[in-house]
Amino acid sequence: MAEVYDRPPEKFKLRLRRYDPESGDAPYWDEHTVELEPHRSVLEAVLQAKDRYDGSIGIRCSCRQAICGSCGVRVNGEPALACHTHLDAAKAGAREGVIEVEPMGNMSVIKDLIVDMDAVHWKKIQRVTPWLIAKQPVPEREYIVSKESMVDVTQTMACIQCGACVSDCLAMEVDPGFIGPAALAKAYRFVGDPRDDQQFERLNDLAQDPQGIFDCTHCFKCVEACPKDVNPMGQIMRLRRIATSDHHIVDQNNGERHEAALTGLVRDYGLLHEAELIPRSYGGNSWFAKFHPAAGKELLSSLPTALKGVLRGKIGLKTAVFGHKIPSRDLKAVQSIYDKIESRPERYELNLYIAGEDEQLEKPSGDAVAAAVTHESGGKEPDTTEQGGRA
Amino acid sequence: MPEHDVLIIGAGLAGQRAALAAAQAGASVAIMSKVHPVRSHSVAAAGGINAAISVDDDWHSHAYDTVKGSDYLGDQDAIEIMCSEAPQEVMDLEHMGVTFHRNEEGEMDLRAFGGASMKRTAYVADITGQALLHVLYEQLMKHHETVARYEEWFATSLLLGEDGLCCGAIAREVRSGHMEAFTAKNVILACGGAGQAYKPTTNGLIVTGDGIAMAYRAGAPLMDMEMVQYHPTTLVETGILITEGARGEGAHLLNAAGERFMEKSAPNKMELASRDVVSRAEQIEIDEGRGVGPDGAGIFLDVSVVPRKRTLEALREIVNLGRDFAGVDITREPIMIRPGQHYIMGGVKTDVDGRTPIEGLYAAGEVACVSVHGGNRLGANSLLDTLIFGRRAGEHAAARAASMAMPGVDANAGLRRDAARIDAILARDRDGGGSASPRRVSEIKSELGETMNRHVAVFRNEQGLQSALETIGRLKEEAERAYVDDRGTVFNQDVLGAIELDFMIDCAETTVVAAIERKESRGAQYRTDFPERNDEQWLKHIDISLGGDGGAGRPHITYSPVTITQWQPEERKY
Repeated sequence: MAEVYDRPPEKFKLRLRRYDPESGDAPYWDEHTVELEPHRSVLEAVLQAKDRYDGSIGIRCSCRQAICGSCGVRVNGEPALACHTHLDAAKAGAREGVIEVEPMGNMSVIKDLIVDMDAVHWKKIQRVTPWLIAKQPVPEREYIVSKESMVDVTQTMACIQCGACVSDCLAMEVDPGFIGPAALAKAYRFVGDPRDDQQFERLNDLAQDPQGIFDCTHCFKCVEACPKDVNPMGQIMRLRRIATSDHHIVDQNNGERHEAALTGLVRDYGLLHEAELIPRSYGGNSWFAKFHPAAGKELLSSLPTALKGVLRGKIGLKTAVFGHKIPSRDLKAVQSIYDKIESRPERYELNLYIAGEDEQLEKPSGDAVAAAVTHESGGKEPDTTEQGGRA
Repeated sequence: MPEHDVLIIGAGLAGQRAALAAAQAGASVAIMSKVHPVRSHSVAAAGGINAAISVDDDWHSHAYDTVKGSDYLGDQDAIEIMCSEAPQEVMDLEHMGVTFHRNEEGEMDLRAFGGASMKRTAYVADITGQALLHVLYEQLMKHHETVARYEEWFATSLLLGEDGLCCGAIAREVRSGHMEAFTAKNVILACGGAGQAYKPTTNGLIVTGDGIAMAYRAGAPLMDMEMVQYHPTTLVETGILITEGARGEGAHLLNAAGERFMEKSAPNKMELASRDVVSRAEQIEIDEGRGVGPDGAGIFLDVSVVPRKRTLEALREIVNLGRDFAGVDITREPIMIRPGQHYIMGGVKTDVDGRTPIEGLYAAGEVACVSVHGGNRLGANSLLDTLIFGRRAGEHAAARAASMAMPGVDANAGLRRDAARIDAILARDRDGGGSASPRRVSEIKSELGETMNRHVAVFRNEQGLQSALETIGRLKEEAERAYVDDRGTVFNQDVLGAIELDFMIDCAETTVVAAIERKESRGAQYRTDFPERNDEQWLKHIDISLGGDGGAGRPHITYSPVTITQWQPEERKY
């Protein structure tokens, strides 16, 4: 047994963010000292304070084992399940050794650590038609589908709807209407399910929505926040890849063209050619693209930013106009990556439920790294060195 | 005042399945839960769901295994219904979207489970309960026009008409503190077991016997309450469950000498004997000094004998649990476990359509006792129980609703009584107003749980049970004066905790009374003072209702026969 689990109880200082909506007072900090073994959870600490000192502390909780999804909070500013965060780890990340527990972000607070999940999280879940629209005719017995496909959607099925990703979503902070990581991961659960009849309709809906799949800004916050390795951003990227590569959905938000422009420019120049990005995003890869009216308008609006960059020496005038030049050997190397990936008959996608090589799984830094690679639809075990999806 | 054909209290698997069935039968449905439905404790069921779906299997075999597992206390007519309807139910859930694990041919894969004579457990990794629960909730969202959801509403009591029929419930909206009376033609209780009456337990903090106690107070009899399942593999420190799926995949149980001790008590099935048998065998090892760990209070579960790739794919959740809650990589080293309270086979007595003896009141799932589990529930039969009898209760209640008018009932008296009860709790004096100083709700709850775990556990005897009963009597008095800190209305969990404590005490009391009454050893009830099964005298259910000859407010014992259709009691060997 791991010795770390035999340590005696220690004192921990907790600083809880409290709010009593009936008092008329502003939120405040409430400190308690609890005594527990260091590997016990922040939830147990909060409950000890509640049981021993102040029964009015409000927190949703039930299972104590990271499966019911009730106790989403922020610990030292980071979203987490209280039951899934060890006290010693929380203390190590705390300012002045005091563990701060606050309600989640992006949702309004009802009382203390309890937020309004219905108004935000669940409303967004309902946005993605969150039920299977079964292919007809329904078979007498089970649908015959590949083992891999069911294991694949089980990763999103593993979402416990705790709201940690919603709490930390930067895009949602700027645009509260963004469908968001949890709901889009839920959408993948149907899009990736071979029994669902509406893959195209679902994807078209989410791609055309200005607050849909192309509203995500790839900040990785949801990936870090998720206590169940659902990898919401990864699921959003998969929705994009299926929408664009498989269904060739060209969305009104220009998301598809923008991605094509970005990857195309990196292939052509080895680095991003910023000045070309907007024209290509609107007009595609042609000389006339520069005269696309929407491109002109956006170029004009981004001119102040570009000028500032030039003035501060972040970009040279020449680079701004003609793009970056990298040595041809390096450019070739970049392009060979494209060739290699694009020459594959099928895409490879990450999935945590399909175990790969032992070496990968031994990395201690969490399962995101430990992800094994698998074939999206085939059955064979791929070479694990060829990790990653399409550019 | 909201009115519905069918009001369901509890939104775990049984409740949601009932809601869906009733809605599909055309009833207007309301489903109420004190937590958001996906927080319900069905979410924690890991291993899978039993159904004879394999072409080589036969539901009779499933039924026989269940009867044998129940130590012949299960009612065989109900078991036949459950097992024969299981394959279609599982297929229906698959069609709704449950992502059941497939084999190489793309058909549903099946894993081995305890007490089963062949592989018949369908599963979704080791998050089967979660997958089922979330898929059913998807269906509730789909049927939002016919199923009204009252999420985070706490039911405080059942509403009875003057004719004694059940016609609704009183509830408090947790968020606002608002009290409301719900009128309904039928009420289905689906609010789970009473695991929190034990400490430790695998059950979540919300599992406080609310439905059992509400039905008991309304006059419904409880059955098989003495049958409390201790799961063989729970983490020593926290009581967190390690799924039976681990042993289903081939994991071993080892004592301090490294011996697979199960060969002594179950030479054929070994680790996959039924849960009561395995838990007893473990407890014997621990009690006789062959346990592992600092106090010798544990047993080793060795999952490392399962191929690592398989463990990571099919037992991922417990790999995480081991890492996060015990600091053990279960794919490489054994983990320390012990028997821990997990499930109550008993509950509100119902027939095979979920009907209780109170007309208009139904129960399904762990809150109910049909009885399909008898003295001991087989692993992966609980999810099945919730779905089959949840659906049947929903269908029956919808049909009954179609044939009757909305009951006219004056709910105000009940509403005022429950509101006054809450006000009285809020007003309790912290210093006791002169008498002995009152205790916190949390302290009483803790003592209750420890008492139950000490005396009403794997092994029981008259002396221990009597002392537990005495303690419960004292705690009952203390609970009446227990004080709370929160005087507010918004999300006052403190005052609801006081009500839950009363519910748990009722459950604990009836459990102990039944355990004292049954003077034999059968299933989960093992009396060291009556170590043999005694079919002549005790092949019968113990029913407990409130009042009667026992005196007002006291449990009253009667018996009911066990239904035997085709399997006569035999000696039980694994």
